[in-house]
Amino acid sequence: MSHRDTFLHLSVIAVLFAAFFVLPAYHSGSLARIMVLAIYAMGYNLAFGYTGLLSLGHALFFAAGMYGLGLTMQLGGWAAIPAFALALVASLVVAGVVGVLALRTRGVGFMIVTLMFAQAGYLTALYFVQYTRGDEGFVIDQAARAIGPADLSSEAGRYFAALFLFAVTLLVIGALVRAPFGRTLIAIRENEARATMLGYDVQRLKWIALVVSGTISGAAGAAYALLFGYAGASFAGVQYSIFPLLYVLLGGAGTTLGPLIGAIFMFYLIDLSSGITNAYMLIAGVVLVLLTMFLPHGILGTLRKRALPWLP
Amino acid sequence: MLEVADIHAAYGRVKTLFGVSLSAKPGEITCLLGRNGAGKTTTMRAIMGLLPVSQGSVSLDGTPLHTLPAHMIPRQRIGYIPQGRQLFAELTVAENIEIGLMTCGEGPDTRDWVLDIFPRLRERLRQRAETLSGGEQQMLATARALCLRPRVLLLDEPTEGLQPSMIEEIRQVVLRMKAEGLIVLLVEQRMDAILSMADQVVFLENGQSRENMFGAALRADPEILTRRLGV
Repeated sequence: MSHRDTFLHLSVIAVLFAAFFVLPAYHSGSLARIMVLAIYAMGYNLAFGYTGLLSLGHALFFAAGMYGLGLTMQLGGWAAIPAFALALVASLVVAGVVGVLALRTRGVGFMIVTLMFAQAGYLTALYFVQYTRGDEGFVIDQAARAIGPADLSSEAGRYFAALFLFAVTLLVIGALVRAPFGRTLIAIRENEARATMLGYDVQRLKWIALVVSGTISGAAGAAYALLFGYAGASFAGVQYSIFPLLYVLLGGAGTTLGPLIGAIFMFYLIDLSSGITNAYMLIAGVVLVLLTMFLPHGILGTLRKRALPWLP
Repeated sequence: MLEVADIHAAYGRVKTLFGVSLSAKPGEITCLLGRNGAGKTTTMRAIMGLLPVSQGSVSLDGTPLHTLPAHMIPRQRIGYIPQGRQLFAELTVAENIEIGLMTCGEGPDTRDWVLDIFPRLRERLRQRAETLSGGEQQMLATARALCLRPRVLLLDEPTEGLQPSMIEEIRQVVLRMKAEGLIVLLVEQRMDAILSMADQVVFLENGQSRENMFGAALRADPEILTRRLGV
């Protein structure tokens, strides 16, 4: 990773750190949620933005992490850290299995297969209602949501835990996409056949990318359950597969900070428009159409194309 | 030696090669000639494993290639420069070269060797591939294939759409690779290039190899090209 990229990433982390002390409580609470959603989108971005895998099933990985943590804490009485570790393993395994099967297809086929897997996950969560409580979901005990002396249910604890996870994910992804592995993923996205002609095992690399992407998405799901104390089947629904796609498209696919920008934009677009009218999704939809028309590469993608070619 | 023995191949259910054979030797340039649709590019794709060979065989110095998965064939040190260059447009020149170096574990020595062959690329290392001129893109595509330190180089119409100075530069590189002992397999539409470079010519027609001829024989009677290709 170049010094300029590292400096930019550390600056963003510093700004987010300072924001907690500057912003009103409502907005710092929102920002904690946005950072977790941005982690989810960063995971998605690795598959879609860098490798060109347009998945419509990432909600399955998010939910695998969420239930992996939620059920072990709530039903098994596990502490937060081992439950989080198990959530990572759960999402890694799910992503690995889905990858083996879904990557036999490509393009539209891949979209449909991943969507079907996610729907199967959603229906599974509804079927085992005695454990998951279906759409209604379940609350994780406030007392259990702590790591040592740090209370993750408090405003500050939640914010800084979200920031810590966000910072780690950003720095790891920043290093990953600048490393030869990341360059190879971009090569696959740009021209899969050509990457094969240069001797790359494209299928294996796409699988690794999907597994890493799914595991990061699972980490976001686990973090969401841990920090906000709730797990529900709605997070496994198709809407939660579409959200990261929107965040990434809006912020800029294949940019490290695009998912954060997209998540902030979408969150506040819905938040503000819902204060104006009940038909807030209509306003959000129109704005999204306009943005896609005039900024087809997303906010940071366009900025990189037009003014800042070094932007990571 | 690169041996292609009576290969048959198909795009899905559509058969396109019905028996192509050739032997290409180190330090020689073998040209594939034929009208549009004769199977020149398809033969190259079949050699590279991008198209399954349903019958016949491809081997390099006795090692069968047609049984290997496509990504293992470049690792036998076979470089392929396809028609249309197919660069990684969003990556820089340096990154395109890096991607070429990694599969065979080549390092700075090979990088310098490649950049010495194409000094113009050295000046543009941080430029994105999509911003290069057509000639520079061809240089980069060739450079990336050379990053494998190939024993065999397959070039599919490398001078297509280039200006004369650039054509000459590419021609010199091809001749240099021949002099370094590489097996060069070339698809080329420019008859002057074929006449000046080819050691051997394989005429393809309707997906079959019809005739092999020494380059010297072709140079002695260039009218053969007119008779066979109608050009």
